[in-house]
Amino acid sequence: MTQDSTAAVGIVVVSHSAEVADATVRLVAQLANLPEDGPRLVAAGGLADGSVGTDAVRIADAVRRADAGAGVVILADLGSAVLSAGTAIDDLLEPDVAERTVISRGPLVEGTFVAAVQASASDGLDGVRAAADEAADMDKLGDRA
Amino acid sequence: MGRTGAHPGIALGSLSVWPMTTFDLAALRRFVDTFADRLHERKDELTALDSAIGDADHGINMDRGFTAVRGKVAELDDGTDLGTAAKTIGMTLISTVGGASGPLYGTFFLRLATSLGERSEADAEALGVALRAGLEGVAQRGKAVLDDKTMIDAMSPAIDAYDGAASDGMAAALNAAAEAAATGRDRITPLVARKGRASYLGERSANHQDPGATSTTVMFESLRDAVDG
Ligand SMILES: Nc1ncnc2c1ncn2[C@@H]1O[C@H](COP(=O)(O)OP(=O)(O)OP(=O)(O)O)[C@@H](O)[C@H]1O
Ligand SMILES: [Mg+2]
Repeated sequence: MTQDSTAAVGIVVVSHSAEVADATVRLVAQLANLPEDGPRLVAAGGLADGSVGTDAVRIADAVRRADAGAGVVILADLGSAVLSAGTAIDDLLEPDVAERTVISRGPLVEGTFVAAVQASASDGLDGVRAAADEAADMDKLGDRA
Repeated sequence: MGRTGAHPGIALGSLSVWPMTTFDLAALRRFVDTFADRLHERKDELTALDSAIGDADHGINMDRGFTAVRGKVAELDDGTDLGTAAKTIGMTLISTVGGASGPLYGTFFLRLATSLGERSEADAEALGVALRAGLEGVAQRGKAVLDDKTMIDAMSPAIDAYDGAASDGMAAALNAAAEAAATGRDRITPLVARKGRASYLGERSANHQDPGATSTTVMFESLRDAVDG
């Protein structure tokens, strides 16, 4: 794989809703206290005409913007968000970018948060993806559970 | 324009048969217009099917997508090769349909495009190879297998039927494909969905007709009528 280990892993947030994707990026940038020169977080939500849905072309553009050479982890909401992200990787992205782009099975908000924290701690693509995947099992209730 | 008799159709006594043996840009345009018209007419029906086992948007999604495709295909100049034209369809679908059917039908046409390449005409065999590449793309993208109750259950038997009849010519093959798609669509109605949004319903998805298998059947009927019509 072509990966630049000095750059931060990028993150793309895919949702059926532009508002949800944009707000997730804003929320996580704040919660994770990302520095200016930290990992690039890019939203890819909704369709160009404002409809609810997912758009593989928009996702591919977001991946290109998020990629600083170290690869990109995609967090997606449900159903076609994953199919459209797969289409972007397999059919739209340039081969070198495609081979360093992965889709996480993690939940949208928690996964994006954990991925951003890992990426700003200079973790590589595999580490960031693994952390985002595991966000599904995050124990957010602590001793309330 | 020359007399109709100037074409290389087969003359059987007084009966002149015009076996369409190739698929070209004009046929692709007729297909797009026919499919777009029918999706528009059947928008509410497709959405109603999706309202029973999904999120009530399949007709809206497909109509929005093929309305955009119709516009893009109309802009292509007449010398455009089949690969470029099919790629235009696929790229338009993946960014305008919105639901699962966007990346699925989008991938179908993108793989068709790769298979057709720079050809300006495809014979029955080349069209069959391209359709199968499209099916494989949809299967790879959505990971659905037969009986998961998706568009695959209409598309896969359609393409098998096409191959089975291809030696009788393109029109016969597409006719067999359209019939097999409809049979597949109806066969899976009693089943429980195992892929896509309908699978969230579990047992409650049984005994409802699948919207994607329905639009796929309309697609093969439109293809048949664009070639035979
Ligand atoms: N994984 C899949 N593989 C093949 N076909 C699928 C798959 N998932 C869904 N489908 C087909 O897509 C049809 C639904 O398309 P539609 O455009 O309504 O997408 P959707 O389910 O609303 O998408 P979204 O996930 O964005 O809500 C189903 O009827 C089914 O035939
Ligand atoms: Mg739907």
